[in-house]
Amino acid sequence: MNFINENIVTIVTFLPLAGALLLLVFPRRARDLRYFALGISLVTLLASLHLPWHFQRGADGFQYEQNVSWITHPNIHYHVGVDGISLWLVVLTTFLMPLCVLVSWKSVNERVKEFFILMLVLETAMIGVFVALDLFLFYFFWEATLIPMALIIGMFGHGRRIYAAVKFFLYTMIASVFMLAAVLWLYAHVGSFDFLEIQRAIQQGAVPGFAGAAKWLFLGFFVAFAVKVPMFPLHTWLPDAHVEAPTAGSVLLAGVLLKMGTYGLLRFNVGLFPEQARANAGWIVALAIIGIIYGALVAMIQPNIKRLIAYTSVSHLGFVVLGIFSFTQIGMDGAVYQMLNHGVSTGALFMLLGMIYDRRHTYDIHEYGGLATPMPIYATFFTFIMLSSVGLPLLNGFVGEFMILSGAFLAKQIWGILAATGVIWSACYLLWMYQRVFQGPVTNPANASLRDLDAREQISLWPLAVAALVMGVAPMLWLHSISPSVTVALKQFEAATQASAPAMTHLSNAFMTVFGR
Amino acid sequence: MIPTVDYIRILPELVLSVFGILIMLLDPTLPRATGKKTLGLIALVATLAGLAATCIQAQNYGDAFFGMVRVDAFSVFFHFVILLIALVVILTSFDYLEVQQIHSGEYYGLVLFGTVGMLLMTSAIELVLIFIALEISSISTYILAGFRRRTAESSESSLKYFLLGSFATAFFLYGVALVFGATGTTNVYGIAKALQTQPSLLVYLAVALMFVGLGFKVASAPFHVWTPDVYEGSPAPVVALMSTGPKAAAFAVLLRVLFATGAPGWFWMVWVSAALSMTIGNIGALVQNNIKRLLAYSSIAHAGYLLVAFAAAKQTGISAAIFYAASYAAMNVGAFAIVSHISSRGERYVSLDDYAGLGRRSPVLAGILTIFLLSLIGIPITGGFFAKFYVFSAALQANLVGLTIIGVINSAIAAYYYLRVIVYMYMRDERVEAAVPRIPAGLGIGLAISLIATIYLGVLPGRVLEYALRGAQDLLK
Repeated sequence: MNFINENIVTIVTFLPLAGALLLLVFPRRARDLRYFALGISLVTLLASLHLPWHFQRGADGFQYEQNVSWITHPNIHYHVGVDGISLWLVVLTTFLMPLCVLVSWKSVNERVKEFFILMLVLETAMIGVFVALDLFLFYFFWEATLIPMALIIGMFGHGRRIYAAVKFFLYTMIASVFMLAAVLWLYAHVGSFDFLEIQRAIQQGAVPGFAGAAKWLFLGFFVAFAVKVPMFPLHTWLPDAHVEAPTAGSVLLAGVLLKMGTYGLLRFNVGLFPEQARANAGWIVALAIIGIIYGALVAMIQPNIKRLIAYTSVSHLGFVVLGIFSFTQIGMDGAVYQMLNHGVSTGALFMLLGMIYDRRHTYDIHEYGGLATPMPIYATFFTFIMLSSVGLPLLNGFVGEFMILSGAFLAKQIWGILAATGVIWSACYLLWMYQRVFQGPVTNPANASLRDLDAREQISLWPLAVAALVMGVAPMLWLHSISPSVTVALKQFEAATQASAPAMTHLSNAFMTVFGR
Repeated sequence: MIPTVDYIRILPELVLSVFGILIMLLDPTLPRATGKKTLGLIALVATLAGLAATCIQAQNYGDAFFGMVRVDAFSVFFHFVILLIALVVILTSFDYLEVQQIHSGEYYGLVLFGTVGMLLMTSAIELVLIFIALEISSISTYILAGFRRRTAESSESSLKYFLLGSFATAFFLYGVALVFGATGTTNVYGIAKALQTQPSLLVYLAVALMFVGLGFKVASAPFHVWTPDVYEGSPAPVVALMSTGPKAAAFAVLLRVLFATGAPGWFWMVWVSAALSMTIGNIGALVQNNIKRLLAYSSIAHAGYLLVAFAAAKQTGISAAIFYAASYAAMNVGAFAIVSHISSRGERYVSLDDYAGLGRRSPVLAGILTIFLLSLIGIPITGGFFAKFYVFSAALQANLVGLTIIGVINSAIAAYYYLRVIVYMYMRDERVEAAVPRIPAGLGIGLAISLIATIYLGVLPGRVLEYALRGAQDLLK
């Protein structure tokens, strides 16, 4: 048991990579490759469930830590571990992966081997980003997500895939160079890449020249993460990447890769530079709110369903950033929770879009209409997931948005008021899209005889639908482990900024009593 | 009386020379059609023997031949790098010479002689001997560059390389003469002693002249103009050799000349040259459609990154430079090995369009080339990443913020054109279906060596870096 506890993070991280290496020598029989990839991703999922199962709730700091020296010069450690925040992001990744394999079962027919190798390598890199506690290791994994994703878009995507892949690659690559510069500065002045050591050194004021550099370091990290989130006005790569990516690529991009950005903001920008985070919160929140409203308005006028959903990500991730920079317990809890929600709901939406694309090879809203008649099961799933994305009470989206908005109201009322309009917008664009695609008579004869979802497709959707419901009804299952970690982060934050956060405990408590058992 | 240990200290050079002469003698006696393979195998054995000799040499640190040669961690490290380069190049050449129908056995002899020159450059501590070694390596490569006799490009490249190269070595020699005038010695460590007192103006001039000469050899801006043309015309395996071997050796010499002597006045020269090389190399590469020219510009840019480490100076900078030279050699030799295989008869397929759809036609080659290109970009898990990382962190430690920023921006630009090749390979459809020949054994082994080296340096750089650090310490002693 001890052995497992000590190595579980490493096992979960590198299982997919091991699978990818095995695939490399696998014979090129598409069917076997698919089953093998599915098997590996399921085993990874099972292994990752160990993490929440044996997680010590309420314990401070990181768990399942593993810290061994990797390279002595410079002083780089293989330091991994999870806390309540990263824990669920890891599980989200492993949870989405088998579904992605299922959803690409038939849509990827060429270069199947390459596809699944890239997917599995990507999974290792994504998990690595969430568990790394050494800034170097973090950067290592961060960059490592880039190549497989760009290749997935470029090799398996649609029409303008090359343009989208290159744009995605260059945006993220150039932005993360700034992060690397900041990381190197920290190493040069602290002598360590270890997240905890650097954090401690900064808190104790033991970093020479930090006062002058802090602002630039904060911005260095911020740019890298803001591109990934993506925050307005750095979001322009996202619609292109989403529209051109194959379904599984979109699911992982929206479901996990974007969270790497918000996770980074929370862990590093707020965790390492609390004073700067406080000082810069004003304009960051402004950008987040612009993102919420702008993303929603742009989504509304999109003639392409996938582009529409892509813009909703800009809007929804704006909520997450708002929650983080509200610096309230409930807002930050909600932000973390919303990251998971968005992964589930938007991931599911992209899967649904992929299914209709497999049948009709178009994302154009004009091409559809009245889909509910030939495809009732599909329409039902779509309705359910869409409502979870809109934020209908008792489904997951509501919980996250509610908590974030509460936090925003506590921090500054105007933030809450402006952001709350986003909820209305999201109902508008999604319901309007739904009306045009699913309701009314079947106008296009090509849609009249579409197959409804088959067993494989339904199997890949059920887990997400169930997750959306359970996360909406019993959020405490997740918040029990998220909250303490946020509290720790917030405590450090308050100690550093010397400013007590707005009194929010009673609201937070009220929330807990409503939802808790 | 020269002690025996002195001969051990130049054992790799001796071994390679003997084998080289052997090849020249055997060449006329062997049948024309099949004999060349035998010579190739002899050359292969020679490099392996050279590697073994280096292991023996590594047990015997110290000076030899009246302080003309010094074996230390620094020289031994470069010996290994250069011999491995030669090994991979020879392995690649087997197949290449056959395909191009070049039936001249002296090819292998010249590769070995060139290697001898490079090896000697790294262990010589006497400026005159360094010059002789430089000439040995240069003359061999001048001839090798013109080995595709039937094509005008190749002859052009050989002639261009020869004329400009001799001009540059003249600069170097002039610098040596001035140093001798100023200090009364040509021994590197003797110069160091003499320079401890106030250096004269002559020394500044000498350093500048030597820098021009060596700058040409490493293809750093503004002495880079020959590079694209020469690389384009020369046979691809030769380009693999000359873009890495002589370059590594010349960098070793530059390290000795600048740092072991404690020469003054180099800083801004190196700074400007580094900034120019990176910028010119990367911007030039952006518009290239010929893969050999693209890699030529990229090699200019990489010389720039290396010079950043020079500017950082001191131990960390020097060790970063040594590490960079090694990992650059690994990835670049590998990339050119693939280019030479794909180019096919008469080097027909060298434009980016010919790489379209390579991912479909030959997934293995495309995959390996992708790894080398990613390493050239500097993506984690490859040697190129740590190389860049060490260079920039050394630069930051030396407070070279401006140069670091230029370097970082340049690596971002560089990502674009390397990525273009990957995009062509995987995301474009081929226009003409040109079958890629099967990978022959020699090339396979050569690629495996460079691939393993690239990944090893990217995952466990610790030991090599430690060795590089020891080399830097020995250099400064």
